[in-house]
Order: sequence, then C-alpha cells, then structure tokens
Amino acid sequence: MDIFLQQIINGLVQGSIYALVALGYTMVYGIMGLINFAHGEVVMIGTLVTISVAGLLIKVGMPVALAGLAGLIAAVAVCMALGWGLERIAYRPLRNAPRLAPLITAIGVSIVLQNLAMMIWGRNYLTFPPLLPKVQFEFAGANFTSVQVIIVLVSALTMGGLLLLVYRTKLGMAMRATSQNMAVASLMGVNINRVIAAAFVIGSALGALAGVMVGTYYENAHYQMGFMLGLKAFTAAVLGGIGNLAGAMLGGVLLGIIEALGAGYIGDLTGGFLGSHYQDIFAFVVLIIVLMFKPSGLFGEKTGDRA
Amino acid sequence: MKQAVSRQNMLIVGGLAALFGVLQMGLLTGNYQTMQTVLHLLALGGLFGLGMRLRRQIAGKLLMAGVLFALPFISAMAGQAWVRILDFAILYVFLALGLNIVVGLAGLLDLGYIAFYAVGAYTWALLASPHFGLHLPFWVILPIGAVLACFFGVLLGSPTLKLRGDYLAIVTLGFGEIVRIFMKNLNAPINITNGPQGITLIDPVAIGSFKFSGTTQIFGFALSGPQKYYFLLLALVSLVVVINLRLQNSRIGRAWQAIREDEIAAKAVGINTRNMKLLAFAMGASFGGIAGGVFAAMQGFVSPESFALNESIMILAMVVLGGMGHIPGVILGAILLSILPEVLRYGVGPAQTAVFGKQLVDPESLRLLVFGLALVLVMRFRPAGLWPSPERQRELGEKPAEAKP
Repeated sequence: MDIFLQQIINGLVQGSIYALVALGYTMVYGIMGLINFAHGEVVMIGTLVTISVAGLLIKVGMPVALAGLAGLIAAVAVCMALGWGLERIAYRPLRNAPRLAPLITAIGVSIVLQNLAMMIWGRNYLTFPPLLPKVQFEFAGANFTSVQVIIVLVSALTMGGLLLLVYRTKLGMAMRATSQNMAVASLMGVNINRVIAAAFVIGSALGALAGVMVGTYYENAHYQMGFMLGLKAFTAAVLGGIGNLAGAMLGGVLLGIIEALGAGYIGDLTGGFLGSHYQDIFAFVVLIIVLMFKPSGLFGEKTGDRA
Repeated sequence: MKQAVSRQNMLIVGGLAALFGVLQMGLLTGNYQTMQTVLHLLALGGLFGLGMRLRRQIAGKLLMAGVLFALPFISAMAGQAWVRILDFAILYVFLALGLNIVVGLAGLLDLGYIAFYAVGAYTWALLASPHFGLHLPFWVILPIGAVLACFFGVLLGSPTLKLRGDYLAIVTLGFGEIVRIFMKNLNAPINITNGPQGITLIDPVAIGSFKFSGTTQIFGFALSGPQKYYFLLLALVSLVVVINLRLQNSRIGRAWQAIREDEIAAKAVGINTRNMKLLAFAMGASFGGIAGGVFAAMQGFVSPESFALNESIMILAMVVLGGMGHIPGVILGAILLSILPEVLRYGVGPAQTAVFGKQLVDPESLRLLVFGLALVLVMRFRPAGLWPSPERQRELGEKPAEAKP
C-alpha cells in the first residue's frame, strides 16, 4: 500500500509539470488549431536559461533564493519573447495555409531551437543548481520532499490564475471568442493578431515555469529534454480533450499518475514479464483506449472535420 | 500539354548537366574508363531516341532513364559513400510514396509510419540472420514482412477509425512509440529482438548465388554493393510509382480523395469510408514493410534507434514539403530532404572555414540548424509544397481565408 501512495505522490508531481506544459499546447491549439511541436523546446530553453542565469548569480555570491527568482524571471522573459517571435516570424504568415504546412514549420522550428541550444549550452548534461531547500517528509509510509510540495502548489496556483485570466478578464473573453470562431470574433472587434500572440506568450511563460520545475525536480537538464516532455504533455492535452484548459490540467495530472502507477506495478501485473522500462508505453496505451471510447478526449467537445 | 513540354525541357537540361558532370569528373579523377562507358550509354540512349524518330516525350523519358542509369556510376567517382546516399534517397522515395497514400490521398495524418518500416526491417532481420539461425530467401521474407506490416496497419487503423485529424495524429504517434519501445525491450525474458544492441550480420538480398552485397563482375565491369542495391531499389520504386499512379486515378483512389475532402459527403455518396480508410492504412503499411525489409538487408544491421519518431516526422516532412498527394512532388521532397543533410554534412564545415577562417560552431549542429531553417522557409514561401498538384494550386489561389468551423 505504501508503494501505491508513493507512486500517487510521484505521479502527482510529474503530472503537474505535464499539465503546465500541456496548457501551452492546448491554448495554441484551441485558438488556431495548430499543434505547436516546438513548445517542448521552449520549455527546454526555459530550463537552460535558468541554469545559466541562476548559476552565474550564485557564483557571484547572491543568495540562492534571490538567484533562483532572478533565474525564473529571466527564463519566463526569454520564453515569452521566444513565443512571441515564433508566432510572428514562423506561424503568422501561414495562418491561411493548408493545414499541414504549419505543422512542418513547427517541426523545423523545433529542430532549429534544439540545435541553437546545443550550440549555446553544449551536448552534455548540465547540473541544475539547487534553488529550493530540500526537506524530506514522511506521510503514511510514503516519502516526499519540500521540492515536490512546492511544485504541486505552484502549478495549482498558476493554473488557477490562468483560469481566472481566461474566464474573468477581457483578454480571456477575446480568447474564448477567437477559439469559437476566428472570423466572427474579428468582426466583433477582437484583435485576432493580439489574441493569438497572447496565447503564444502566455503558453510560453507557463512552459518556462514548467521548465524551471523540471530542472529543480530532476536536478539536471539537456538540450534534448524538451522532446519527450513535449510529447507526453501533448498526449496529456489530447487525453483531456485538446483545446480545453481544464482538460489539459486534468489530463496532465492523470497521465502523470497513470505513468507512475504503471511503472510501479507493471512487473507484478505481468508476472515479471514486462519491467518498468515499459513505463513510456502506458501513456500511449491509455491514450489509445480512451480515444477509442471518447474520440475527442475526456473533456473535449466534438470537433469538426478538419482533416 | 504545356506542362509536359516544360517537364521535357527540364529533363533535357538535367541530362546535359549530367553529361557535363560526367565529363568533368572523369577529367578530374582520371577515371576514363567509367566515363567512357557512361558516355557511350548516354549517347546510345540519345541516338536510340532520335533514330527511332520517337515522339519527343518518349525521347525525354529515355534520357531520364539514361540519367537514372548513369547516376550510381557518376556518384561512385565521388566515392561509394555517395552511392549509399543515393540508395537511401530512393528508399525514402519509397517510404514517402507509401505514406503519401495515407496522408496525401486519404488525408489521414499518420505520425507513426516508421513503425511499419520497423516491422518490415525486423521481420527480415529475424528471418535472415544468425540471431535465430534462420536464412530464408528474400521471396519468402518480403511478402511475410509486407503482410505483417499490413496486419499492423489494420491493427492501428481499426481502433482509430472514429478519430479525426489531430487526434489521429497523436494516436499514430503513440503507436509508433509503442512499437519502438517493444523492439528496444523484447530481449528479456525471451530474447526476441536483442534489445537496444539490435541484430547484426543480416543476410543481404540474394537471388540464387547472386548477392547484392560486395563487388561482382558483370560483363567485365565491376559493380559495387551499393550500386547493385541502387538498381534493385530503382526497380522497386518504379513499381511503386506505377502502383501509385494507377491507384490515384482508380475507383479506390478517388474514394480516398473524396474522404480526404469531406468524409461525411463521401459517406453520403455511398463510399464505405471504414473499409477505404483501413485499406489506405493497410496499403501504406505494406509499402513501409517492404521498404523496411530492403533497409535491413542493405544495412546488414537493425536497431531500435533507426525507428524513432524523428524518422516518421522526417518522412511526413518529405510528403508535405514536396507537395502532398502529388506523386512527382512527393518524389522531389523525398530526394531533397534525404540528400540535403548529406550535402550540408560535407558543405558546412569547409564553408565555415572559408568565411570565418576557423570552425566557429559544431558543424553537426549547424547542419541540422540549416536543415530546420530550410523547412521553415519552404513552408513560409510555398505552403502547399514545392511542387503541388495543379488542382491544389488552383484551389489555394482562389479560396480566400478558410474559417475555422
């Protein structure tokens, strides 16, 4: 039983990170129907920027908490600028292009960002500076650290903030209108360009935050880390019903927990035939099963024919 | 008609360029004998065309055949490595044409296509290597590979029939990853795939005692392994091109295109969309399976590394960048995207030295960076692909902004 609780806690932490990244995918998708494959790389850039900035500040003798905060702010700023720039340069000219063209652009952007990161930060794994105090707790036989608690709390707060933004502000209303019907929203006086740019910028800021969390949690970073993370987060977004904010959050947490439980129990379930290295399969198997019964995800609305 | 003429002109220009290439390389490398042979063959082709007083179009086709025939010999002068690059370019044409059936014709976005390639490759590897001690001939293995891949195609297709667009994309992507993860981990408790190390010493394609690996003498003329595979692949690809062309204008092909344009309307006019979609998956998959088999035989080695998601994405990029649903465009896209990274591999390092006087950044990452930029730029300026089908071009020209439903 303690394994169960332990895996639930681990899954919750991993899932909160997935959820934050998934929000970036789902916001962009909800508004313009684009799978932004480059979002995982934005997260990676966020992590690496934090390493550079916070590492440098700690080296010159700044208190760790302050350096961490500065690193976070720098990462968020860089990623927001990146998100804005990508939308402006790469995606905006393709808004009326055939559906698959922006997808290929996103793949190109992802390759470019990965290799830029490799040129700047090198091929090796980088150590993430310990920005948060790490205190061990024990609860009903399961261990967890202060880092894990903070990750879950911060993502919950951020997601709450995002929901407020989308459902209580004018910008949020404009976003919802645009995602329902871009042409009509623009006739009603919504500045479409600004709304789409805002979706990219906010999504990237969330991605940067997620990047800092991933770094703090795993204590290292690498120029290729964005790929798998992005893939899982995208899976989470689809699981919840892509385009749906609450769906992305729940999908992320659910995926994290399923993965953790799967990794913990797969050995027992299959009598030792399959080991925990099959962990990655769980996410996809669950996804396929869910989509078989609910073709637009757990919370998604019925999508139109866009294929 | 006008287009046919311009295509012909292109062929003639291409032929002349190839001729020049042969002359130059022959003179530079001093490999007169090969040069002479190639020139004779080209001249023979040209004379044949003229002498028969065939229509100009047929002469153009002959010239193209001549160029295709001469290519492995021309590139061999720059080294066998280039012949291998050519082989892979043709293999990618094969794969891209297979994926084109699924994505281009039927409009089903498949991001896990490489899984079928993997199934084909592993079928060959397991049935023709010392791993299980089996050495079956190719005419047994290739059909098995194709059928297995086809089975997997249906397996993937059947639960996803209800899904649309991007949901389908992520499921196929997940399927591709599942296949790869199994191949990576099926070495315990029973060793089936030999895990991450992969399978080595795979038999080459062989017909009787004629092996496609190593150098053989034919009519007093040395043919290297990659050159032989070139001709094998060329033959296979020609077959696939013919199948594709015939399919496109058949009842099935038109049904696929109807589903691509509007599934509900297609259903309404009596197309069995479920079977047609499954058929598209199955056909695309079996092409992937055959390509995988040839890949395993050509490499002599397979490992799960070769079947990562990146490869699926790359093949999709070839289809889209070339011009989805348009066969010449897809071929162009596959050739460009498979050769461009190699050209950059040889070009980027020296170019840096020439401009800056030293290696400023890692040429490997610079090469990929340029590749990524190229993808972005092509899509920016030719969103329908480099060589889209004429109908599609017309559609894009006339249709204003498409509103989201």
